[in-house]
Amino acid sequence: MSATTILDQETARRNAQTGMIAILGALAMLGLGYAAVPLYDLFCRVTGFAGTTQVATEAEANAAATAIGTTRDISIRFDASLARDMPWDFRPTQSTDIVRIGQRDIATYVAKNNTDKPITGTATFNVEPWQAGAYFNKIQCFCFTEQTLQPGEEVTMPVLYFIDPAILEDDTIADVEQITLSYTFHRAKEPVETAPDRQKSSSDQAS
Amino acid sequence: MATTADNFVPAPAAQTGGPVDDHHDHKPSFFARWFMSTNHKDIGSLYLMFAIVAGIIGGAMSGVMRMELMEPGIQYLWWFAGSSPEDISAAGHMWNVFITGHGLIMVFFMVMPAMIGGFGNWFVPLMIGAPDMAFPRMNNISFWLTVVGFLSLLFSLFVPGNSIGNGAGVGWTVYAPLSTTGAPGPAVDFAIFSLHLAGAGSILGATNFITTIFNMRAPGMTLHKMPLFVWSVLVTAFLLLLALPVLAAAITMLLTDRNFGTTFFDPAGGGDPVLYQHLFWFFGHPEVYIMILPGFGMISQIIATFSRKPVFGYLGMAYAMVAIGVVGFIVWAHHMYTVGLDVNTKMYFTAATMVIAVPTGVKIFSWIATMWGGSMELKSPMVWALGFIFLFTVGGVTGVVLANGGIDDNLHDTYYVVAHFHYVLSMGAVFSLFAGFYYWFPKMSGKMHSELLSHLHFWVFFIGVNVIFFPQHFLGMNGMPRRYPDYPEAFAFWNYISSIGYMIMAASMLIFFVNIAYAFLAGKKAANNPWGEGATTLEWTLTSPPPFHQFETLPVIEDHHDYHDHRPATA
Repeated sequence: MSATTILDQETARRNAQTGMIAILGALAMLGLGYAAVPLYDLFCRVTGFAGTTQVATEAEANAAATAIGTTRDISIRFDASLARDMPWDFRPTQSTDIVRIGQRDIATYVAKNNTDKPITGTATFNVEPWQAGAYFNKIQCFCFTEQTLQPGEEVTMPVLYFIDPAILEDDTIADVEQITLSYTFHRAKEPVETAPDRQKSSSDQAS
Repeated sequence: MATTADNFVPAPAAQTGGPVDDHHDHKPSFFARWFMSTNHKDIGSLYLMFAIVAGIIGGAMSGVMRMELMEPGIQYLWWFAGSSPEDISAAGHMWNVFITGHGLIMVFFMVMPAMIGGFGNWFVPLMIGAPDMAFPRMNNISFWLTVVGFLSLLFSLFVPGNSIGNGAGVGWTVYAPLSTTGAPGPAVDFAIFSLHLAGAGSILGATNFITTIFNMRAPGMTLHKMPLFVWSVLVTAFLLLLALPVLAAAITMLLTDRNFGTTFFDPAGGGDPVLYQHLFWFFGHPEVYIMILPGFGMISQIIATFSRKPVFGYLGMAYAMVAIGVVGFIVWAHHMYTVGLDVNTKMYFTAATMVIAVPTGVKIFSWIATMWGGSMELKSPMVWALGFIFLFTVGGVTGVVLANGGIDDNLHDTYYVVAHFHYVLSMGAVFSLFAGFYYWFPKMSGKMHSELLSHLHFWVFFIGVNVIFFPQHFLGMNGMPRRYPDYPEAFAFWNYISSIGYMIMAASMLIFFVNIAYAFLAGKKAANNPWGEGATTLEWTLTSPPPFHQFETLPVIEDHHDYHDHRPATA
């Protein structure tokens, strides 16, 4: 009677089954697309992919400092930038630093709120070249939390870090003489729920 | 609701065919037949007509682009923006809108509907001996979703894209943050929504093809006896099914980032714009194979037909397409070499990308081996197929060049890349489309086109597209970047030549339309099989055009028939 009824019931049943499996496959890929968001974040943090720096404890820092008596120095360049809508001043207090690989060092950045309103900022970070991300360990960083500056307030913010001596055994990075550590301050937003690791205290609603 | 299927009462099989039967009263009324169609051949025809209309619009956009690029400076864009010649930013935005529109239309509304929706719908059921697609009504939904998606994209041209002007000027890649904070206007929402609709239509279509090919083959037609065109559509359908949902996820995240305050791609909230690029190209790279694989299938049929030989290395040809499809999913970051990937990642993606040249080479050499020693006949589909092999190989070679992460640092976003992907698409995919069109036009319409006009169309088009795109290699190697409406004097000469090429190509399209008009007005009646003994697939056993419903008695493929002949023994 119609194009559809030419099919016998058995074929129609198998078609419905195959079609349903195909649609489920498509839905699974849709889900994977969304799952990519937390997975990519996790992947970057674990592997240091895309210049994602690592977080280390005091104990790990001490271990790195005593484990190998490396004699190589490496230069760290500090970079600071602001998102377009961020009305702060933000700069490193030193443009470069020479550090002994494995030894901890402290660097400072200065931020100033030029407006007459309190503004909460959050800093994103990475290092260049990217493959240094796995070896760049931060013990403390102003980027771990949001920073709120009162009107006109200026603060000096520390980064406590060390370069993992394992960097010397990685052929793709061992000959690099300078690593650039870069921060960008953004106005804080509510995080998406798929990125639970970035701790946000209270959010500035000014934006 | 009344549909074609409900109203239709099949007449006794009209196996005589011909133009008289074509308008026999057993077909549904005009509205029910074309707007509520559930017939795979009618839907295929609708897709083809739609693709031709969309191709004209997308082609006209590239005409404006070549016109603007003919001379240094901004000559015409301001006029399209409804602005004054001094307004550089309005002209620049208009340029962005044109390149975006051209890219999206040609990919989603010309090549894909023509290859998969058009030829796939028409010939997959015929070639496997099925009465129709597995889900005829879903087929109808697929088509109209595509049409509405196209309308949504056209609508976006007339609403604000950003503070400068109307239209979405975000590129076909819709990269964040340009597409989020950089273009707050509703035009981008409509463009994204257009991709949702076209994507949903394609996913449903892919489901339909997979089901049809797996469950509705004629008795005896095993997977390893299917014509290669059916194989190509099967692989394409899997690519669609696995790649498009990832695009849907990515662009849905864009929409919520734009409108509902999420921060998937916004660093201020913990997101990462580079993640969008990963998601986009995880879809985008399989997408380029989606656009070319059905072409591979058509070329295989045509080369075999006009060499009067079975295709060389049938199984190798089929599994080469499977291999291309599989490897196509793990090479995506070669589109992103300049985002700062470290050297190991680049090495992997370089090597993986080059691996694709192997199955592609298997196909090229198998086509050549099919012709070797064959009784070749240079009919219109065959010359287009030969043009395809030659030009696709040129595009493949520049692809191997670009696959190198180190070289790509230099060539990324230059006209070299533009030349490369137009050689594989506007020559590879489009030549295969024209080859398929001339191959199957007599079958679809029942009328013969003019061989003379087809050959003329081929030569003028062949010269035109080569004059357009070959000089773009030179421009790119000399550093001319993509996506700009203006350039320094130094690039003027080859840009001028390239624009001349566009005019030649445009003239060839007139020949194409004259040829279609000729066929319908004065064309000879097509025989069941106008191409002779080399045409061994099932569609040639039917009348031209085929009856409204075919294979009410299923053809049976005997065991001793292998892929040399896809017809029943009695045919």
